[in-house]
Amino acid sequence: MIYLDNNATTAIDKKVLEEMLPYLSGEYANPSSMYDFAKKPAAAIREARVKVRDFFGAQNEKDIFFTSCGSESANMAIKGVLNCNKEKRHIITTKVEHPCVLNTYKWFEKQGYEVDYIGVNAQGELDVEELKEKLRKDTALVSVMYANNETGVIHPVEEIAEYVKSHSPETRVFVDGVQAAGKIPLNVKETKIDLLGVSGHKFHAPKGIGALYVKPDVRLTPLINGGHQERGMRAGTENVPYIVGIGKAAELAQDALKYEATEVKRLRDKLESGILRSVFNARLNTSISGRVPNTSNIGFEYVEGELILLHLSDIGVCASSGSACTSGSLEPSHVLRAMGVPFTALHGSIRFSLSRFNTEDEIDYVIGKMPAIMDKLTKISPFQDELIELKKRKGL
Amino acid sequence: MWDYSEKVLDHYRNPRNVGKIDNADLIGEAGSLACGDSLKLYLKLDGDKIIDAKFQTFGCGSAVASSSILTEMIIGKTLDEAKKITNKDIAEELGGLPQEKMHCSVMGHEALEDALKKYYGDSIDDDLPQDTADKIVCTCFNVTENQIWEAIKVNNLKTVEEVTNYTKAGGACGRCKSTIKDIIDTYWKGAPKREDVHLTATQKILKISKVIEQQISPELQKDGGDIEFIDLDGNKVKVKLTGMCQGCKNSRMTIKTFVESILKEKVDSNLEVVQE
Repeated sequence: MIYLDNNATTAIDKKVLEEMLPYLSGEYANPSSMYDFAKKPAAAIREARVKVRDFFGAQNEKDIFFTSCGSESANMAIKGVLNCNKEKRHIITTKVEHPCVLNTYKWFEKQGYEVDYIGVNAQGELDVEELKEKLRKDTALVSVMYANNETGVIHPVEEIAEYVKSHSPETRVFVDGVQAAGKIPLNVKETKIDLLGVSGHKFHAPKGIGALYVKPDVRLTPLINGGHQERGMRAGTENVPYIVGIGKAAELAQDALKYEATEVKRLRDKLESGILRSVFNARLNTSISGRVPNTSNIGFEYVEGELILLHLSDIGVCASSGSACTSGSLEPSHVLRAMGVPFTALHGSIRFSLSRFNTEDEIDYVIGKMPAIMDKLTKISPFQDELIELKKRKGL
Repeated sequence: MWDYSEKVLDHYRNPRNVGKIDNADLIGEAGSLACGDSLKLYLKLDGDKIIDAKFQTFGCGSAVASSSILTEMIIGKTLDEAKKITNKDIAEELGGLPQEKMHCSVMGHEALEDALKKYYGDSIDDDLPQDTADKIVCTCFNVTENQIWEAIKVNNLKTVEEVTNYTKAGGACGRCKSTIKDIIDTYWKGAPKREDVHLTATQKILKISKVIEQQISPELQKDGGDIEFIDLDGNKVKVKLTGMCQGCKNSRMTIKTFVESILKEKVDSNLEVVQE
């Protein structure tokens, strides 16, 4: 199997699993307990928090809160901030946020909040000027994802945070960092970002663990009330093995950032240019630059995405699609629609997302197989005249 | 991952009868590229017998499988026999389709129907008055009242969700869901006969608040708003828009084209709706 769907989830790194295992068997003590047996898990959590702090590039480990996933990190940040600042009723976000963020704002809209959704251009790049124009004195929260899950496009969150803070210091800035974490360096202490959420399973920790960075002066209400865990901000007995897991995964990801930026990027670029060269109905849905190093979103014109995925799956390749048919909804991806991807390619867009575990052989295999798959699938398409025209235009 | 039957897998992996028949006697089309799936069906006849069928499909695995198996089902059949094939037959022949994918079998049937129409001429469902049959209900996916009616009838559909699974209608913006509900109700209960019976003021008030509560309010709530019924003065219905509807620049439109037209239809055609 060739796994090229790392923006959906990643394999647990074996070193991560190894560190977790003791806490899934012998070391089961509740870290809050007052006996020696609880010392090791308590220390393990402290250690993990330091590792995640370094991964975020945060000042203090007290700024790091463990959560159960990326969605919880986002909900804790958004609801926590808005609950603490009820007189401000305006929110700015983007049209291309992950559904876990977008649907949270839709919910707030129903509660009477006013939300501005900032658009993107054809390459998926955010209209920062529009965002700046929308900023008001009563803007409670500006919320922009660091990198888009479907396209990999990086948004200028540092510049946005800088602008927001200089024009409306009380407005909070939340960054959904789920798709940036482990792919590009996070340096929150160098920025004006107030909150940044991540999800462990996107960087080789297991599913079921996330983290949220909260700048020290930012007040939040907890999402889960109860005990004193996470300094009262997130009650519930700590998920020790998974916290250990995200700690180790953060450490490994931090060490691998250079490899991501060079080797993973090289393989991604090779895959991308290989497909664009050999498949005549392929188009890159983004610019070449300005993306996280592992993601490529390619539109295949006049062929439907699920059909491509099923044929890729038949040769052991895992990728994903923004096609309506794969999601269970009937509409294609909101991200590709916001970009205005032409409808000829909208339903046939495939996301390939690599990790540090992919090899050159795997990439060569996919590049080698793609033309034959597309040859078969374009023959089924009713748009033969259009495909012939496309072929001519590409000079093939 | 969809739970596709072995037969669906076989047919999208090895689709039968792919392509075009150059001098086809009948051609049927359904769907569109913009909507995410489309199908072209070519038939070659000998007298009234289908001696060859080919297809070209833009769509997912189950759309290709539905098209492929349809060609196998109709080759060798007379047109009268082919006419009897329903979307249900296509789905059954495939060993079943996931509920959310039933619209693929419907698309197959629609392409066949479109081809046969050119032979038989338009034969719209008898149960439905001709003038409403081609009315587009779902503008996102261009689904007509007739298509919804047909899907309800053939597949015994009872809910809006099922209609969406089978026809895609209501699957995007969702604005037509109340119309779909009406079509379902009309099909199962028979057309409601609305006579202008004289209602007392109390009866009118009760009926207005029931319609507002059950049909108008839920729609406005979807957009974050709501409506309050304040008073009835003669035929003047006083309402107040709340939540997101409050102060919305389209509120007049909402009152006139949505609230008033529903109340006129369901309660009394003389009603006028005003904002408090």
